[in-house]
Amino acid sequence: MLGLIIPLLVDSLTSAALIFFVAVGLTLVFSVLRVLNVAHGSFYSIGAYVAASLCLWVISAGLSPWLTFVALLASAVILAALLGPLVQSTLIQWTLGKSEAVQILATFGLFLILEDLQRIVFGVSSIAEDTPMTLLGVTSIGSVTYLNYQILLIIAAIIVVFGLRMMLVKTRIGKLLSAVVFDREMALSVGINTKRLFTFAFTLGVFLAALGGALAVPTSGAAPGLGAETIVLAFAVAAIGGLGQIEGAALAAVIVGLARVVAIYFAPQLEAVAPYIVMLVVLLIRPYGLFGNDQARRI
Amino acid sequence: MRPIISVLSALVLVVLAVVPFAAPWLQFVLTLAMANGMVALGVAILLRAGLISIGHAMFFAIGAYCIAFLSRLGINEFLVLLVLGTMGSAIAGLIVGAFVVRYRAIFFAMLNLAISMVVYSLIAKMYSVTGGTDGMALQTPTFLWIPLEKPGFDHVLYYFSVALMIVLGYLVQRYWKSPLGYALSAIEGNELRLEYLGVSARSVLLAAYVVSAALSGFGGVIAGSAIGHVLPDFGYWITSAQFVLIAVLGGIGGAAGPFIGSFFLELLHSASVNLTDAWNLITGVALIVVIVFLPSGLYGLIRKRRRSAS
Repeated sequence: MLGLIIPLLVDSLTSAALIFFVAVGLTLVFSVLRVLNVAHGSFYSIGAYVAASLCLWVISAGLSPWLTFVALLASAVILAALLGPLVQSTLIQWTLGKSEAVQILATFGLFLILEDLQRIVFGVSSIAEDTPMTLLGVTSIGSVTYLNYQILLIIAAIIVVFGLRMMLVKTRIGKLLSAVVFDREMALSVGINTKRLFTFAFTLGVFLAALGGALAVPTSGAAPGLGAETIVLAFAVAAIGGLGQIEGAALAAVIVGLARVVAIYFAPQLEAVAPYIVMLVVLLIRPYGLFGNDQARRI
Repeated sequence: MRPIISVLSALVLVVLAVVPFAAPWLQFVLTLAMANGMVALGVAILLRAGLISIGHAMFFAIGAYCIAFLSRLGINEFLVLLVLGTMGSAIAGLIVGAFVVRYRAIFFAMLNLAISMVVYSLIAKMYSVTGGTDGMALQTPTFLWIPLEKPGFDHVLYYFSVALMIVLGYLVQRYWKSPLGYALSAIEGNELRLEYLGVSARSVLLAAYVVSAALSGFGGVIAGSAIGHVLPDFGYWITSAQFVLIAVLGGIGGAAGPFIGSFFLELLHSASVNLTDAWNLITGVALIVVIVFLPSGLYGLIRKRRRSAS
């Protein structure tokens, strides 16, 4: 029995961790900017491609294979620094305060552009690069075997949950963010530079999505079409948790991860449907999500 | 202003009528454009009420898969397929609509997305029933029980689509001018006041939802028949978003808008296909340019020009 439950739990939490990085960025951007970014999944897939290419370069340059871990993190940082402020100041800033239809369409346009740019830069073939995973090896407890890399992913996700919450509660910029989320006009009128905060929040969102993509490379590689798949899954997780809820996204990611892995173990053909069925059930009962309130504004 | 519109419409009709002879390669492109335009028209109906659905590709796919199943059962008359396929979509619209009309704004968009992804995943995974990602092939149907070869059928289908487009466009225009249609705009304006007038916003929306699903069904049947093959991608979320894109690109001011958007996009696609394969890039840029600079779409542009000219 235990031989079944432990791998099932490890697999679900790993799956949850990867989707959590994307979903929490989406939810963070939504709560601060009040924009649902359809192009968010593209940052995940571009992050995956950049990380995979960087890892391959580290290996081919003959550097220590442990540097691939640095490469994973560095690719997310580079991507966020390049794309975050650029996209925010050009397109996202313009959509602020517009109707949802306009926001969804504008970011869908961005999604189309990023999809093609990714294809032009990285081509249509997928890249597999599992050095970081094989470096960490496996652990066996009795008959149960799991990858240490999976544990690393789960720990990283937990660090992000607590890190984000700590940042919002303890740091100056976090408190400013909370103020903007709580009442944007009031924040503006007491002299908070909201535009800078928007850029910060959006860039952080891009970083988290790209980090998710980078960390997914060792287990699943980078492939075309990843952005489109990821964004709907991230929508599902963010909506289940309640848009704008960090802990909600974490719990929702665990539920969706569990649903997917249980489906894989017992009825593999239902794996792709499972997250959306969970989303449907939750939204029909609680349209604001598990942790959401009817204003859907809190962080 | 009136005569100019009539002249312009007549001109468009003449061009559409001669296309199969003047530029045969355009026939297939335009048939698809009209099919997509019908779905976009359905999406535009909901946009009137301020609701954005990222899920209407599911009704498009349901219409297409309905005729694929019927064709497997041996029903092979196009008009019967069209009616049954559209009814299939409308019934699906009634069932889905009963749930989703309670929600507004982002929640409406999300729920539609969730349901359409369930439909998509089921179609893609139930290999034994739907052929999975391989899709299903369609036989060339008869038209008015007259057996036709594929090229002949494509010809008939093209002219039939032109006629259907005009009829549907006219009917939707009438619908928008009816009390039910005005109630739709009122939902975007002030839903509470509408309820105070004794009108049930949910019933208004449910009617609109079923109509929009039926329009998507028409589109699905025509696209499926024109391509001769149906695929799960018909119901993917990107397809849904494309339909919203077409509706907004064309402008939701009148029934002609979605078709203008659809023709524009398909022709742009055909024109750029020889130059570059970065098709999504072009569409994305076009979309952003339109929503930033032309909030009322291409249709709005034509109307404005005409108004300043007259």
